[in-house]
Amino acid sequence: MTVKYEPVIGLEVHVELSTATKVWCNCKNEFGAAPNTNCCPVCMALPGALPVLNARALEYTVKTGLALNCEIPHYAKFDRKNYFYPDNPSNYQISQLDLPLCVGGHVEITLADGTTKQIRIQRIQLETDAGKLLHAGDDVAEADSSLVDFNRAGVPLIEIVSEPDLRSAEEALAYLNKVRSIIKYCGVSDVKMEEGSMRCDVNISLRPVGTERYGTRAELKNVNSFSAAARGIEYEIKRQTAILEDGGEVEQETRSWRDAKGISVTLRSKEEAMDYRYFPEPDLPPVVLTAEEIDRVRASLPELPDSIMHRMMNEYGLSAYDASVIVAEKEFAEWFDRAVLLAGKANAKAVANWQTNELNRVMNARGLGPDQIPLSPEQVAGMLKLIEAGTISGKIAKTVFEKMIETGKDAATIVKEEGLTQVADEGELLKIALEIVAANPKVVEDWKSGKAGAAQWFVGQMMKATRGRANPQLATKLVTEALEQHAGQG
Amino acid sequence: MALTRNQVEHVARLARLSLSEAEKETYTEQLSRILEHVESMNRLDTSNVPPTYQAVALQNVLRADQPHQSLDRDKLLAQAPDHEAGCVKVPKITEG
Repeated sequence: MTVKYEPVIGLEVHVELSTATKVWCNCKNEFGAAPNTNCCPVCMALPGALPVLNARALEYTVKTGLALNCEIPHYAKFDRKNYFYPDNPSNYQISQLDLPLCVGGHVEITLADGTTKQIRIQRIQLETDAGKLLHAGDDVAEADSSLVDFNRAGVPLIEIVSEPDLRSAEEALAYLNKVRSIIKYCGVSDVKMEEGSMRCDVNISLRPVGTERYGTRAELKNVNSFSAAARGIEYEIKRQTAILEDGGEVEQETRSWRDAKGISVTLRSKEEAMDYRYFPEPDLPPVVLTAEEIDRVRASLPELPDSIMHRMMNEYGLSAYDASVIVAEKEFAEWFDRAVLLAGKANAKAVANWQTNELNRVMNARGLGPDQIPLSPEQVAGMLKLIEAGTISGKIAKTVFEKMIETGKDAATIVKEEGLTQVADEGELLKIALEIVAANPKVVEDWKSGKAGAAQWFVGQMMKATRGRANPQLATKLVTEALEQHAGQG
Repeated sequence: MALTRNQVEHVARLARLSLSEAEKETYTEQLSRILEHVESMNRLDTSNVPPTYQAVALQNVLRADQPHQSLDRDKLLAQAPDHEAGCVKVPKITEG
């Protein structure tokens, strides 16, 4: 009998907070500055320098916790995690061991088949980011020396630790996307994986389906994108399955994901596991929050994606899929709301269709991010008004849509300049229909003998002759009229 | 509670300390005495005493999120044994 295994996955997501200054000092928290220009005695850990907690970093951590349905304990403290590495000037990281700022939350993820699942969050802790190492060569082990930029050392970092509730790469991706989306709505981080402001470590083990006990886990580090997380998980599932099916045992270890090669390699075995010797941070007093202070942060929370999604479905009748695509990015949801405000509630579904189909397609093709939407809500609303008024057909609207993106002009201007107004003049259209019928006797014969598609061919010719501007219903009606009239003459 | 010499070597390695044989001997004995002293406090019943995380009676020491001038980079790099391209230069790193 073959045993089927299921993966048990937990994620540790690190997010840099977008405060103006670092977490323990007043140096700027800024991406892309010249190396080592945002450093001071505190973040360089010069002797005698003392850290002081950034009030906004505390607020942002609590805000994230509340958005992820966490409890905020009234008493939290900081601890030292001791280790040596060149990117860390103090030789310890200030973190939170047993009394973090947020505990016990959850998020709901939606999978491709429409099912939802709740993923529990164990804790969120506030800690210090390390500096950045630059190696000659792409691998730390191969470089003869490294350069260190300490601008990032001391940037506020939160670590969001999930419970091992994820069961596939798909669920892990959905979780990462959801957490990222919520954090972005909260405005506490720009959560850009490519700039390193969001990173994740993966804990993964296998167990026979139907059993409760967790298997031995491997921790996967150096996962630098969402797609790398998915690839790393798929790889680990295969690697561990092969070991178990061979009758072997998975080793408890820390592994490093090498995305270019698509493999993971051992970084540290259990025996070599770090001994961090945590102890309470003597330089930082504890944080004691009152219920009023926590409520004040709660009151500052914006409307979150789940709530917006339900509003879009209930108020505008959007499908769950369309709504989920729109709320995934804060900028998309704002764009949608503005467009609906301008185009009217009756056009909400149309806005969603154009946004999730045409606009999405153009943005994907051009590799545009959510902060680079190439079309304004004003433009799309203008176009929808023209469709509503019968000035342009839905078919012509596609041309107008593309031209709006190309030129940045509004729909009415484009329609005027390009002469795209829908032709709804019966006399004019009938004249065209008669001309086409007269010019194509062979197809008329086909039509007479009842050949399927002959009438439709004439409608196509009508559209061609009017460059798509004929009202489609009217064109169909007039083609029939013209054919009958022609047959009567013949 | 007596420490073993192995434990002293382990702790020294974690702290990146290089100890002579004589120092290992001395510290094994001295550290054991410190642990014995701490152990003696365990005779007290502390079940109703909350843990002490902090020796100073302060809480919520916070600062406003406003940038100040950072250190001059040349001064900063002058503190490092070696530098290059505005960065601190460090020898080959062995992962771990």
